[in-house]
Amino acid sequence: MPKPDSTEFDTFMLNGLLERHLRGQTISELLVKKEATGLGVAVERNQQVVKSAEHAQTLIEVGDKIEIVRLVGGG
Amino acid sequence: MTDSTLIAADEPLVLGDFSFKSRLFLGTGKYTTYPLMRDALDISGTECVTVAVRRIPENEPAGERFLDFLDTERYTILPNTAGCFDAESAIRTSRLAREMLNTNLIKLEVLGDKKTLLPEPVDTLRATEVLVAEGFTVLVYTSDDVMQAKRLQEAGATAVMPAGAPIGSGQGILNPLNLRLIIEQATVPIIVDAGVGQSSDVAIAMELGSHGVLMNTAVAAADDPIRMARAVKNACSAGRDSFLAGRMDKRMYASASSPQSNLITS
Repeated sequence: MPKPDSTEFDTFMLNGLLERHLRGQTISELLVKKEATGLGVAVERNQQVVKSAEHAQTLIEVGDKIEIVRLVGGG
Repeated sequence: MTDSTLIAADEPLVLGDFSFKSRLFLGTGKYTTYPLMRDALDISGTECVTVAVRRIPENEPAGERFLDFLDTERYTILPNTAGCFDAESAIRTSRLAREMLNTNLIKLEVLGDKKTLLPEPVDTLRATEVLVAEGFTVLVYTSDDVMQAKRLQEAGATAVMPAGAPIGSGQGILNPLNLRLIIEQATVPIIVDAGVGQSSDVAIAMELGSHGVLMNTAVAAADDPIRMARAVKNACSAGRDSFLAGRMDKRMYASASSPQSNLITS
C-alpha cells in the first residue's frame, strides 16, 4: 500500500491544538489513538456532545473542533 | 438509654432524585496524593463528592489515576463547572459531564473574576435557566447575595450554594446575616459552598440553618487532611444538631445558673 500523501489527511482542532488525522477516521479511532477509551471520557464535536454510542459512526471532518475531556479532582 | 430513643432522627437531605444522610459534601482537588484523598473522603462520612471536567492531557505519564482512588459506587459524583467564566462554557461542560457520568447532577459555577473567583451573577442565572430546562438537577454556586439566591431558586435550581467566603480562601462565614436571610427565604436547600477554613466554620454554617456544607481546600490543605476530615464530619453533625435543638435567646446581662437563695452568710 503506497504511503498516503498529505491530501489524504484531515486537519482539525483537538483540545485547542492542530491535529492531523487520516481521512475517514472516526471518533472511536481517535480515542484509541489518544488512549482515551473507557469510562470517564466524553467527546464534543463543534460544541455538541457526541454520545458514546455514536463514536464509531462519527467521522472527523476537516476543520472540526473536537474536545476530549475526562474527570479530575476538583471542588 | 441511647440517643435514638431520646432524639428524633434527622431527615435526609434530598436533592432531586438523590437523598443524603450526611450533609457534608467534599471536593476531590488539591490533595497531595490520591490515597490521602481516598482516606479523607472515607473518614469524612460524605456521600457526595465533587469532581472537575478537563481536557485529557497531551502526554500523560504512566502512574496512579484519579478514578482508581474514587469509589464511584460508594459516592454520588457531583461534577462541577469550575473554571468556566461564561454561561456557554458552563453549559457545554455540564453536558459533557452528563454524558460522562450518566447523571443529571451538576454543580454550576460561572465565575466572573480570576482573582476573587467570585461568581458572575447574570451568566450564572442564564446558565441555570438553560440547564434546568434541559433536565439537569442544578446545584448552583453563588455569592451570599440574598436577591440573587432568590432569583436562582425561582429559576429552578435544586439547591442554592452561597459562598461563605471566596473559594479556597479559608476565611470562614464572613456574612452570617446574609446567610441567615438567604436561609430564611429559601424554598430549596441552601448549601454553604466555599470559604470555610476549619471545623468551627462548618458548625457555624450549620447552626445558621444551612442544609449542608460543601468544602475542599480546608481539608485538602490541612496539615493532616484525614484528621481535618474527621473534624469537619463531627462539626457538620454537631452544627446540625445545634440548629435543630434551637439555641437559647441572647441576653444583655448575666443570669445565674445556680440558685440565688439559701446561700451561707457571714
